[in-house]
Amino acid sequence: MARNFTPKVVTANHLLEGDVVYLTVDDRWTRRIEEAELLEDEAHATIRLLDAERQAAEIVGAYLADAKRGPHGPTPTHFREVFRTQGPSNYAHGKQAEL
Amino acid sequence: MYEYNDFDHAFLAERNAQFRAQVERRIDGSLTEDEFKPLRLMNGLYLQLHAYMLRVAIPYGTLNSAQMDRMAHVAQTWDKGYGHFTTRQNIQYNWPKLRDVPDMLDSLAEVGIHAIQTSGNTIRNVTADHFAGAAADEIADPRPLAELLRQWSTDHPEFQFMPRKFKIAITGAPNDRAVTAAHDLALRIVERDGQIGYQVWVGGGLGRTPMIGKVLADFVTLDDLLPYLEATVAVWNVIGRRDNKFKARIKILVHEFGLENLREEVEKEFALRKTQFDAGQTSILLDEISRHFAPPAFEAAGTEPFDAAYEADPVFRSWVDTNLTAHRAEGYAIVSVSLKKQGATPGDATADQMRVLAAIAREFGHDELRISHEQNVILPHIHKRHLPQIHARLKSADLATANIGLISDIIACPGMDYCALATARSIPVAQEIATRFDALKLEHDIGPLKIKISGCINACGHHHVGHIGILGLDRAGVENYQITLGGDGTEDAVIGTRTGPGFAYDQIVPAIERIVQAYLDLRESRNETFLDAYKRVGMEPFKSALYPEAQRAA
Repeated sequence: MARNFTPKVVTANHLLEGDVVYLTVDDRWTRRIEEAELLEDEAHATIRLLDAERQAAEIVGAYLADAKRGPHGPTPTHFREVFRTQGPSNYAHGKQAEL
Repeated sequence: MYEYNDFDHAFLAERNAQFRAQVERRIDGSLTEDEFKPLRLMNGLYLQLHAYMLRVAIPYGTLNSAQMDRMAHVAQTWDKGYGHFTTRQNIQYNWPKLRDVPDMLDSLAEVGIHAIQTSGNTIRNVTADHFAGAAADEIADPRPLAELLRQWSTDHPEFQFMPRKFKIAITGAPNDRAVTAAHDLALRIVERDGQIGYQVWVGGGLGRTPMIGKVLADFVTLDDLLPYLEATVAVWNVIGRRDNKFKARIKILVHEFGLENLREEVEKEFALRKTQFDAGQTSILLDEISRHFAPPAFEAAGTEPFDAAYEADPVFRSWVDTNLTAHRAEGYAIVSVSLKKQGATPGDATADQMRVLAAIAREFGHDELRISHEQNVILPHIHKRHLPQIHARLKSADLATANIGLISDIIACPGMDYCALATARSIPVAQEIATRFDALKLEHDIGPLKIKISGCINACGHHHVGHIGILGLDRAGVENYQITLGGDGTEDAVIGTRTGPGFAYDQIVPAIERIVQAYLDLRESRNETFLDAYKRVGMEPFKSALYPEAQRAA
């Protein structure tokens, strides 16, 4: 039996900066996961990933990451994706310092 | 120190110009990411979790003060003011921007440093004993040979697209400080009937299938060495498995095809290749390179300032007793500078710290520095009379931690704080273990103990050869840490044994504490190290300490 689809966001790294970005509903790349489009339908998610992959001039390595609905927008569910929204734990570098 | 000649400089400048053009073509859209990725990897540029990462080679771990100063400059100008030294004697910059990378490489090239073949399925940075040329137990300095191999393997047209990466290590001393048995290929310099030769090891490696290397050839002469190595790599390059990335390393070939069969194939290939090499030329080349590594003019002087400070200052004494190694020259010492201050990130040095180290090397250390695979910095040639002054300078730069070889001198890979491949974090585990045992004031009482932590099965943190190894995994969406005991990365290399089920992130430090407490309770005396005690009593007492519930249930 196929597994039930769980909500996703499209995420990637920015080509020039290298930092983590998310695809918004109006086709922008944002640094904040809360501003990302939460994809709750599998077919739509596949299409949005294809949309993202066409933007190779701006981003690298787009993929679908698990997320859930939070009070201010999507939030990550897996710890790897939580780290990607924050930065490393040994220094206050990355998003935790810059956003 | 090897000094680049005109050929080297021109080669590197051209290569960097090519990469600059490749970056431009990626940015203007002429190259897709699929086309660009192998090119950037060949030049050491990864894309990690939060940013790009530039891996720069420090060939066989040797550098001079100008190179260290330049690394500091690059860290400050284009990164976040620090660098991370790795288990393969590289430095990694964790935050470069794509557009800046060509400038970083040009700047490093000015002092003869590059990032070529620090990634990709090529022959990687050749590593060597970090005490080379200084150690009292050395047969010969391995660095001239390492440099010869760097020149032979760099841009070698046959070895640019191999089944997988290929790592070479060299030791010139019987006490193996370069983990040679865990490399695809290793050379141990040996002496037979007064003649220097090379024992060739093959098929070692850590990762998901850890293997201890085996002796492929007991004694290869210098004249035969390059064709023999080339034959070995060529045989694997052709028959090594390309169908499955997890079975592509030469260790799998040794395992599946058999050492005897491999040796036979290598001998056949060697017979062909030998005719293509001018046998005398290798020794001429090596002699030429060796001149760059002539020992410095060691000074004959008294050690009075050292003796007085050792007598008077207990902090200095503790640092000397812990961080110094016997030097082959009278009155000299090898100084290991710890990049493992309790609570700090293992292997990280700030630009300011790099400059302090460079200045010490320039003023007192015959302009030489080394990076150890244990992620520390070595000042290989220090006259003891300078040590009180050096210690004071290190102290003011937060570099005087007296913990070499002790429980807080932990190898840790970047783990999930940086690495895109990681399955769990390693740095905070290292930080917490170090901080915990420092608070308990037990570190010096525990004595020699090597903890090594990897944040995924690829084992960059060498956990298999840690006396205590820790492997971070993702178990159903949470970080989980497996423990191995009894690993050993020396000439008696052993892969550690798993204790049993893993531990959650908040349970791993208490688990390590139970292991160490068990050791302290069962050791016969302070002279029995953790590893010796483990060899004597085996796994059981440690298992009982680790899993008390299982013990009660049984």
